[in-house]
Amino acid sequence: MDSALIIEKSIFIVVVFAVTMLMAMYSTWAERKVAAFLQDRVGPNRAGWGGLLQPLADGLKLFAKEEFEPNTPNKFLFFVGPGIAMATALITSAVIPWGDKLELFGRTIQLQATDIDVSILYVFGVVSVGVYGIMIGGWASNNKFSLMGAVRAASQMVSYEVAMGLSIIALLMMSGSLSLHDITVQQHGMNWNIWYQPVGFLIFLICAFAETNRTPFDLAECESELIGGYHTEYSSMKMGFYLFAEYANMFISSTLISVLYFGGYNYPGMDWVGTNWGTNAATLLGIGALFAKICFFIFFYMWVRWTIPRFRYDQLMNLGWKILIPLSIINIMITGVCILAFK
Amino acid sequence: MATSIQNISLSGKKKQVSNKEMTFWERLYLVAIIKGLLITIKHFFRKKATIHYPEQVREFSPVYRGKHTLKRDEQGRENCTACGLCALTCPAEAITMKAAERKKGEEHLYREEKYAEIYEINMLRCIFCGLCEEACPKDAIYLTISKELVPAQYDREDFIYGKDKLVMPLEVAMANTQKLN
Repeated sequence: MDSALIIEKSIFIVVVFAVTMLMAMYSTWAERKVAAFLQDRVGPNRAGWGGLLQPLADGLKLFAKEEFEPNTPNKFLFFVGPGIAMATALITSAVIPWGDKLELFGRTIQLQATDIDVSILYVFGVVSVGVYGIMIGGWASNNKFSLMGAVRAASQMVSYEVAMGLSIIALLMMSGSLSLHDITVQQHGMNWNIWYQPVGFLIFLICAFAETNRTPFDLAECESELIGGYHTEYSSMKMGFYLFAEYANMFISSTLISVLYFGGYNYPGMDWVGTNWGTNAATLLGIGALFAKICFFIFFYMWVRWTIPRFRYDQLMNLGWKILIPLSIINIMITGVCILAFK
Repeated sequence: MATSIQNISLSGKKKQVSNKEMTFWERLYLVAIIKGLLITIKHFFRKKATIHYPEQVREFSPVYRGKHTLKRDEQGRENCTACGLCALTCPAEAITMKAAERKKGEEHLYREEKYAEIYEINMLRCIFCGLCEEACPKDAIYLTISKELVPAQYDREDFIYGKDKLVMPLEVAMANTQKLN
């Protein structure tokens, strides 16, 4: 491995990290803005133009807050919880293909931190570790409400991961590869997976809502019952880490939905752009297309949040185990029959 | 069919509740979700009801009781004679004052021979009931003419309004006099 490759990858990783953080930061701003607009209000508009400096002010406030620690026997775990949540939220982005090739300084740069051939398995592995951040935090808080939130989060994430995995299997049967890069390349132009897997997409979307603990499945932190769920006892930047991890997760899951079902960086007319304007222009437009899709799904998360009320716990479990899992198994069977019949 | 009392809907919004079985599409819940999403997105583009307060002020009603004003007469002299009736009537005990005697040469400043040297209203105590206005025999204190709210402050001391903030500015008094003539 030559040193140029290492430098190239390092720079790319730092850029992806920065972009993820930036997106998470501005998701908090967007959340407040979208919430306000959907309720006929205007939202934050004092810090900067249209409240654009609000995330900075919020971050500064969180850093300056008093750091309160409950009297817990697990000081170490209390400290580790938000770290795990944040780390798992950030390392998923390593396998995501952000764009096609970019030609810079006589080198061809693949816009993906690493193209491992089991990317999807990697994503699922990391996502399941994400439960630990919440579980450990809730456990170490030494608080009933936190523990209840953590238990809810854990059982919810575990049960929805099953349906999520099954919905992905139907997709993998079509693509024949676990690599996100291959899956994206196969969706060239407008040949997106959503046209072939609408039911799979729906299941994946619902599960993504549950995995990221967003409304209508935000039982882990439902304010009206559990005060704040697993992060009740957290304050200062530890609390900020949990909130940040949630938004980073939202960004990553929006990215995954875009890459798996909406063609990632593919957009209609990309061949024409590639031959007429050059590869780099096509790639940059592709990155733009991917981010447009991501932003739409982040907006969709918020849109749904202010539309659908929270599920009851038994409804959540019913939906996960009795509806989504059988549905995804039927989806797999139908996909198998179709592959046999048409290929 | 004769309209029975149960079927009358005065508001036009009455809906008959039915316990009929839901159809397949209704039970799917997805149609309802899409309908809900369409309703919320309509609000996204709707005109906002917000009034951007410090820059934009809502119009006050003519009888709105806001910040107090100590009035001047048509010659620009203070009406208040520090009789203390407002302080006596104030249910929140928000008003304090100290009377002083008018010196020679101050006739253009104060209408009566006695005036309020110090006149303070604690705006944290004041409940804006307007009883001081009713009690005043000299037509001196009004809550309705300033058309201002008492703004938020960081310190409690800043809420104690002295004569510098309460007495009607001379320019306003002059404008009022010009309007009369």
